[in-house]
Amino acid sequence: MKKLSARRRHPLAAVVVLLFALAATGGLYTAFAPASKAKADDTAQSLAIEEGKKLYLVGCASCHGTGGEGTTDGPSLVGVGAAAVDFQVGTGRMPAQQPGAQIPRKKVKYNQAQIDQMAAYIASLGAGPAIPATNQYNPAGADAAKGGELFRNNCAQCHNFTGKGGALTHGKYAPELQGVSNKHIYEAMLTGPQNMPSFPNTTMSEQNKKDIIAYLNEVNGEKSATPGGMDLGGIGPVSEGLFAWIFGLGSLIAVAVWVAARTAKAKKS
Amino acid sequence: MSTTASNKSRSRGGAQAGERLADWADGRLGIYSLAKANMRKIFPDHWSFMLGEVCLYSFIIIILTGVYLTLFFHPSMNEVVYHGSYVPLQGQLMSEAFSSTLDISFDVRGGLLIRQIHHWAALIFLAGMFVHMMRVFFTGAFRKPREVNWLFGFLLFVLGMFTGFTGYSLPDDLLSGTGVRFMEGAILSVPVVGTYLSFFLFGGEFPGHDFVARFYSIHILLLPGIMLGLIVAHLILVFYHKHTQFAGPGKTNNNVVGMPLLPVYMAKAGGFFFLVFGVIAVISAIAEINAVWTLGPYRPDMVSTNAQPDWYMGFSEGLIRVMPGWEVNFWGHTLVLGVFIPLMIFPLVLVSIAVYPFIEAWITGDKREHHILDRPRNAPTRTAFGVAWISWYFVLLVGGGNDLWATHFHLSINAITWFVRVGFFLVPAVVFVVTKRICLGLQRRDKEKVLHGRETGIIKRLPHGEFIEVHEPLSQEQLYTLTAHHQYEPAEIGPTVDENGVERKVGVKQKLRAKLSNAYYGEDSQVQKPTVEEYKEITSGHGHH
Repeated sequence: MKKLSARRRHPLAAVVVLLFALAATGGLYTAFAPASKAKADDTAQSLAIEEGKKLYLVGCASCHGTGGEGTTDGPSLVGVGAAAVDFQVGTGRMPAQQPGAQIPRKKVKYNQAQIDQMAAYIASLGAGPAIPATNQYNPAGADAAKGGELFRNNCAQCHNFTGKGGALTHGKYAPELQGVSNKHIYEAMLTGPQNMPSFPNTTMSEQNKKDIIAYLNEVNGEKSATPGGMDLGGIGPVSEGLFAWIFGLGSLIAVAVWVAARTAKAKKS
Repeated sequence: MSTTASNKSRSRGGAQAGERLADWADGRLGIYSLAKANMRKIFPDHWSFMLGEVCLYSFIIIILTGVYLTLFFHPSMNEVVYHGSYVPLQGQLMSEAFSSTLDISFDVRGGLLIRQIHHWAALIFLAGMFVHMMRVFFTGAFRKPREVNWLFGFLLFVLGMFTGFTGYSLPDDLLSGTGVRFMEGAILSVPVVGTYLSFFLFGGEFPGHDFVARFYSIHILLLPGIMLGLIVAHLILVFYHKHTQFAGPGKTNNNVVGMPLLPVYMAKAGGFFFLVFGVIAVISAIAEINAVWTLGPYRPDMVSTNAQPDWYMGFSEGLIRVMPGWEVNFWGHTLVLGVFIPLMIFPLVLVSIAVYPFIEAWITGDKREHHILDRPRNAPTRTAFGVAWISWYFVLLVGGGNDLWATHFHLSINAITWFVRVGFFLVPAVVFVVTKRICLGLQRRDKEKVLHGRETGIIKRLPHGEFIEVHEPLSQEQLYTLTAHHQYEPAEIGPTVDENGVERKVGVKQKLRAKLSNAYYGEDSQVQKPTVEEYKEITSGHGHH
């Protein structure tokens, strides 16, 4: 110890201490840092993030900022999660065409691989809900009746009884749900896009989400039965009233005109 | 008399069975004199005179299908678990009323079709009454002696609205339950007694366990019973007054030109009934109405967008939707003006058209009977009032469907609401002025036609180069039809000072009447129809072609 203490004022002593300190923190870090995934996976993930960032910079950064931090034209994407990206880009809402009351659903601009890459990049910015796996949203075996009850209780206020959509304030609207894939319905509930409130699994369980999807497939799918004939848009008394006036009373008046035009004529002498 | 007739025929070997039956009935019911008086009753021919028939027949269809529905409907609010055929509702708790409606729709033979015929016929019944009422209004058929019948018809329309509303509420589905809640809110907004009325109607706190059973009695017994009586009275008065007719050669205020009830109208009306039934049945077979299974059972904690009443209640929905949510608090009480004011305007909208005939009669001071109909253009102020009223009604309907206007025309619901708020006052006024101008224009055109004949479209070049259009003189019949209407003179108050210079008292009412009369029949409100002298002067060929 004497030797060491004698050299404590040596000009290089500070450097040696620094080296020891760095070695210790580095060693501690490698010992306690969270175990990383398999090496091959890691590269794929970072590659996806890399590719996603490139796509992001071209298609999204003008509104959401170069680092996803958000600008006056678009919200911050830090922490929105991969599910939000998959929903917004997968339904064509993003990239947005123009600002407005609400960004409408339109033709999808990216393929699923590109969407996944962008999702990976956004997910790398901050923790958020991940893209659900098929078994999470597949409604097979779910209870459609229970889903109907949940839908009427939580969704019908804006989306109508069977998801035909409805108006919100100042030109905003709850869109029609026909033709929306199971995955996207699940993601919408999970992330709450645009004006929609989000229903994370803590407030609405995965099973309940499946029930709702099962209900929507039953009443608002491509093959939903309308036992009474044409459903006239399924929006209730307004379209029914219009139909009664135009086709009901309209054809009865046409019949009346026809009957009145055919009358017993006095014989000409 | 009937006894001698039957004796005579018996002497020739016995009367036929039909004749004996008729004799038997005549001795007890007096059908001979009844038939003699009415079988040859004459009715004029015009398609618009058949609108009332549309209403009558759809009412009969509603009663027939309604009876079938009562056989299977359970007007009870007991909670049951659904186990019927409709999968997306299986295992759900619901009232017996809703579950029996589902059973009618899916498990009763023909139930869904009958339900849809019942509902479509109801919408068409109300629409038919609306158009029938407008036909009577615009042709002035409400004038003496038919004022009471106008009121009967108006009452039928209002009762029809409430019968429809109570029927719409019976299935106890989420949509109709929202409608009943709406009504409860309106009742609650009545100052002082609102809460008591609501508790009385629902047997306690909303929704309670009673309202379906109560609405059921009202829907199938009370209101249709009154309506049936009113319809009979309405028809008796039509027979008693005889039908009105449009002006034309040979048609006077003292005759009816047309065809006899038997056989012509019996055949036509009978056939028309089946045509009406047929059209309604076809519509019910191809178009779904009130698909309660998609709506789900009513629960007070649930609500959906697109919650509208059937069309005839739509204007009240509009009143509520566009009314600002005003509220006044005083002495611990809340006066919900946002609901109470619409509740007060609701009857006002209806009454304003109902009292019109009496206002017009007071202004004209005309005590004569009128059996010849007006052409709408020849009563410009009345026509303008009627069209303005329709536009008012329509603006409110737009308000009632503001969310659908917003989603289907990509508009802002707030903008629509503001449009309705302003339009509620502005649109009828603009429509009034425009309609009046159109009527006057049409009157001028008629005058032109009478004096100068019909434009043939044939252009002639005269020897000196001038081009003229050949006008073809109208026939005597056409001339008569175009000039048959009576034109009122505006009422005058007369000199306010008599011949001795003493001031005469002129009441406020009299002044108002003179003012209105001038607005109705003054220079700006009607085009003087051509006189015989004018016609003669022009057709005699002095300077005109």
